[in-house]
Amino acid sequence: MLNYLWAFMILLGVIFAAFTGRMDQVTEAAIESAKEAVELCIMLAGVVAMWMGLMKIAEIAGLIKSLAKKMRPILRFLFPKVPDDHPAQHYIATNIIANMLGLGWGATPPGLKAMEELQKLNKDKQTASTAMCTFLIINISSVQLISVNILAYRAKYGSNNPAEIIGPSILATIVSTLVGVIFVKIMMKVGKK
Amino acid sequence: MKLVLMLSQFMIPLMFVLIIGYGLLKEIKVYDTFIIGAEEGFKIVLKIMPTLIGLMVAVGILRASGFLDVLSDALTPLSKLVHFPSELIPVALMRTVSSSASTGLILDLFKTHGPDSLIGRMTSIMMGCTETVFYTLSVYFMVVKIKNTRYAVTGALLVSLAGIIASAVITYQFFGS
Repeated sequence: MLNYLWAFMILLGVIFAAFTGRMDQVTEAAIESAKEAVELCIMLAGVVAMWMGLMKIAEIAGLIKSLAKKMRPILRFLFPKVPDDHPAQHYIATNIIANMLGLGWGATPPGLKAMEELQKLNKDKQTASTAMCTFLIINISSVQLISVNILAYRAKYGSNNPAEIIGPSILATIVSTLVGVIFVKIMMKVGKK
Repeated sequence: MKLVLMLSQFMIPLMFVLIIGYGLLKEIKVYDTFIIGAEEGFKIVLKIMPTLIGLMVAVGILRASGFLDVLSDALTPLSKLVHFPSELIPVALMRTVSSSASTGLILDLFKTHGPDSLIGRMTSIMMGCTETVFYTLSVYFMVVKIKNTRYAVTGALLVSLAGIIASAVITYQFFGS
């Protein structure tokens, strides 16, 4: 899937550029994007390392475990195949909590750890498990309470009330997350695996 | 509203105080533990880097080719039909692949229309309830080397579409025509 998607994006771009005469822009964009990706990673390395360090303390101290325990009824409903107290459950809980707090990059490390743990439970290592699909769909439905970046941008561009969008955003998030939950529940019934 | 803004400013410092305080309370070697976690985090970023390079190059090429502009132009009649501002189509499309690229488009809209315009508000709400679908899926799946993603892409796109429709409807409801 990703092989095709990636190739499709590049081939389409290059062929399209050939017809519109924008080959030089494409060359520049390719090189610039590669550079940008590395710059982004260097920045990321600092932030993610800091965040993971902090999260390690929370983990060892048992803070995550107790939060995950509070979320257990929800997790059990969404991930019936993931056993209680499995590390995957903790990382999923951490990821959802970090997402809710609008911590953006802070949610990625526990999210990736969750995938690694889910992979350990997965029988067919090439194929996504139901739990993985559920996790990613819920993750992408963006269970977010505060979008810190957007508030900052709005303030910067002279909004009279940067925070006025928080309430409506939460409403919209609830709708999309609900759609996600309904979808994964239907898929669990249909594609039993 | 000021309280909410203040809260979001306090959020991260507060987490430091709470977590480190809790760690001390449980008599944990907080600094040593922090270093172990930080090292893990660093390794994760190293793992992501090749993926990110590959993806950002593909998005960069697609954007530079002008394909996205043509696509949003082609979709304008359809967006008029459902009262969705056509200015937001490139943002909605970009949002699925790249957070930084869509942020660039949004800042552009803020500059031309103002953050308190209908378009400004709708983009703000949209950004708050959607995710970078393709980026997230590929990074998460690549970390565990999954080849067959089953219904994850369909579900993720469905959820994003729901988010976009919801933000449009909710913006009209809250902020009028």
